[in-house]
Amino acid sequence: MTENSYIHLTDMPLEADKVTALVSNSSQGGVVVFTGNVRDRTKGKKVLRLEYQAYQPMAISEMEKIRQKVLAQWPQSQIAIHHRVGTLQIGEAAVIIAVSTPHRAQAFKACELAIDTLKEQVPIWKKEIFEDGEVWVAAHP
Amino acid sequence: MKLQVLLFGITRDIVGKSMLELDYRGPSDIQSFKEMLKDKYPEMSNLSHFKIAINQEFAREDSQLQEGDEIALIPPVSGG
Repeated sequence: MTENSYIHLTDMPLEADKVTALVSNSSQGGVVVFTGNVRDRTKGKKVLRLEYQAYQPMAISEMEKIRQKVLAQWPQSQIAIHHRVGTLQIGEAAVIIAVSTPHRAQAFKACELAIDTLKEQVPIWKKEIFEDGEVWVAAHP
Repeated sequence: MKLQVLLFGITRDIVGKSMLELDYRGPSDIQSFKEMLKDKYPEMSNLSHFKIAINQEFAREDSQLQEGDEIALIPPVSGG
C-alpha cells in the first residue's frame, strides 16, 4: 500500500497532484478532484485540530468497494481515493478523491457518489479537539 | 465462546481499551450480542447507533458469531 496505490490510507500528508496523476491520461477528458479539508470551526466553535482513527484493513476494503462500484457504474472511469489518519491540523486534507472519465459529467457524478458513500460506510472516525474538550463527530444523536 | 472485540472511536473511550476479550455465553445472533454490550456498557445505548463487523465485513441481520471471528464495534463513522 503506497502513495501510488489507487486506495491509500496514511498518516502522512496527502498530495492532490499525486492522486490526480493516478487517474490522468490522454483518453480522460474530465478529471474531478474532491479534497476534504479540516475546518477551523464547528457550529461556531473554534476547532484546534482533528484526530482520525481507522479500522485499517476494513477501511481499505470498504474504500476498494467504493472504487469497484464507481468502475462498474462508469466503466470508462478511473478513480483514486486517499485518506489520512492520525492528528490533522486546520486546513490539512483529510481525504482526496480523484475521478477521471472521457467527459466531465460522469466524473462529477462519480466523485460525488464516492465521497457520499465514503462518509456513510468507511470505518474511519474523527474526533474534534476544542479548547474546552473533545467530541467524536456523529457519535450521538 | 471466546471472542476478541476490536473497539474504535467512541466505543474505545467508553470501554477504556482498544480490544475486549470476552467469554460470551449468550445467543450467537447480532442483536443479542449488541444487547449484552449495552447492558455491560450503558453509554453505548446513547450512541446514534453502532454496527458490528465480522471478519472485516458489516454483519447482516441474520449473521451469527462464531468462535475465532474477528469482531469489531463500528460506532457512527465520520471519515472524510
